[in-house]
Amino acid sequence: MSVFVIRRLMQAFFVVFLMSVIVFFGVNIVGDPVYMLVSPDADQADIEAAIRRLGLDRPIWEQYLLFLKGAAQGNLGDSFIFGEPALKLILHHMPATLELAFSALFLAIAIGIPLGLFSGLYPDNPVSKGIMAGSILGFSLPTFWVGLMLILLFAVELGWLPSTGRGDTATIFGIETSLATWDGLKHIFLPALNLALLKISLAIRLTRAGVREAMGQDYVKYARAKGVSTRRIIFVHVMKNIMIPVVTVMGLEFGSLIGFSVVTETIFAWPGMGKLLIDAILQLDRPVVVAYLMIMVLFFVVINLIVDILYSILDPRVRLQDQGA
Amino acid sequence: MTAVLEVSGLKTHFFTHAGVVKAVDGVDFAVKKGEVMGLVGESGSGKSITGFSILGLIDAPGRIVEGAIRFNGEDIANAPEDRLKSIRGNRISMIFQDPMMTLNPVLRIDSQMMEAILAHEKVSKKVAWERCRDALGLVGIPSPEERLRAYPHQLSGGMRQRVSIAIAFLNKPDLIIADEPTTALDVTIQAQIIHEAQKLTKQTGTAMIWITHDLAVVAGLADRISVMYAGRIVEQGLTDDVIDHPLHPYTVGLLGSVPTANKRGERLFQIEGMTPNMLALPEGCAFAPRCGFASPACKVPPAVEHVADRELRCYHPQSQVAAQ
Repeated sequence: MSVFVIRRLMQAFFVVFLMSVIVFFGVNIVGDPVYMLVSPDADQADIEAAIRRLGLDRPIWEQYLLFLKGAAQGNLGDSFIFGEPALKLILHHMPATLELAFSALFLAIAIGIPLGLFSGLYPDNPVSKGIMAGSILGFSLPTFWVGLMLILLFAVELGWLPSTGRGDTATIFGIETSLATWDGLKHIFLPALNLALLKISLAIRLTRAGVREAMGQDYVKYARAKGVSTRRIIFVHVMKNIMIPVVTVMGLEFGSLIGFSVVTETIFAWPGMGKLLIDAILQLDRPVVVAYLMIMVLFFVVINLIVDILYSILDPRVRLQDQGA
Repeated sequence: MTAVLEVSGLKTHFFTHAGVVKAVDGVDFAVKKGEVMGLVGESGSGKSITGFSILGLIDAPGRIVEGAIRFNGEDIANAPEDRLKSIRGNRISMIFQDPMMTLNPVLRIDSQMMEAILAHEKVSKKVAWERCRDALGLVGIPSPEERLRAYPHQLSGGMRQRVSIAIAFLNKPDLIIADEPTTALDVTIQAQIIHEAQKLTKQTGTAMIWITHDLAVVAGLADRISVMYAGRIVEQGLTDDVIDHPLHPYTVGLLGSVPTANKRGERLFQIEGMTPNMLALPEGCAFAPRCGFASPACKVPPAVEHVADRELRCYHPQSQVAAQ
């Protein structure tokens, strides 16, 4: 197990390095940030001073090496706009995004799995057919449009829930979060639901497919032949089997929840990393974009590792081994 | 001796889109206390469905349409689910065909064994665990404590089937239905499993229905044999009688197609044709189209005839033909 983890961490390091090359050079192809920064009536001398100040006068490979040198010391460069370290900016916005993503994941599991279970157990029930039709909508409607509709309905028409911002926050365990106040919860519900919609549909379909497959298995019939209660068959025999694919997929999707939050955060003016990224892209704030993407790569790598470990806990047939060694 | 189980006129039909499949169509038999009955037939002859009918485990679109299943005198055909649940795994237990598929891959052996006890009795987990350990010891599993902690994939096929047998005997049932329990195992393991099952039925006085397509298996195991064809029992009798003097042409054919040492080098006998389409059974005797002795009389379904201690559904019993 520990050998497995070490090996995976080494692979992760390589992936992060590769991504840094792609991201750094990719971002440097797009636009010229200098003209975004200097005032429109600046003369040539001012512009050149700005270029030098930002280090953009050096060849790109030298810029990259400087970036690597900084990165090794935990410095991913300073924001062109705010003049602050990019990493600090992102970390400052991260809790807001994480609480949104976790809330969405919670909704996806809390709503998706029970609905999927029901429609898997009673596939011919009209309610199940409704659930399945709904999940198709969840899959196919674009996130930004659903977000706008949610605002229109709950914020504008009904006036039940606020449409923008994070609301009041409170600090628990040293983390500032909106989940700790009633006002904050009211603010987070709509964006979290918006972000979760796709994942709810995914959880429904995964669970339903898993239940339908498992119910036809011999081990279910055998459990019935042993006189085991229906509740135990569903919640122990069937659920334990279908949790394997559900945890795998939902875990891997957590990364994309953070990624997709860019759209949701923009619509609901949620002050998270996604909003920061969009602003940084619009203003060609290269260090922030690069730092954000690097952090995202790290996220995905870590999530994959956690899913692999969880998988081995859920499925006794999978034991993490140091393959080929 | 009293009968533990008496099945009379059992009909289990499946109502599919393509038509009604009469998987079990008027089956009568009885199993006495401590008796082993071999239920023999080809795939699709309805022998497994007969077993599942007894336990009330027939799923839609199938159901028991007629007949009685008297278990210790009580008719449990179409009994309420709660009643059936209290019988299943407790008074009647079942061993399935493929031990690779019947044990839940993600649950440990101990939880899969203990649930069979805890579903029927209010005992502490510790007591249940000890009973499971002893049961594993009885079926010849070495170091049972360790095996209880294992997951199914850590055991071999033969070992898993021993676990199934241990589970079947856990609650000291009156009847065990074994549905081809040795088909998925290799021959040496098969012999061990049969030996184990035989020993336990003798010790506990449990009656057993051993479902199989292999006459050789039941020849040494069963007290009585029932031969099933297309949803009906065509011949029934004491094992020695049926094996030595088969009456029904189908039984004769089945016995003829068992390879034995003194038939070395000869071509094996083969019953002509294929099992009938259950959606379109021939009128009268379902075996007639494949039978060398069929006559116009076979267009009318033969009734059950009692010949001495035997039961038979045929107009052309083979001993008579041979005598002519």
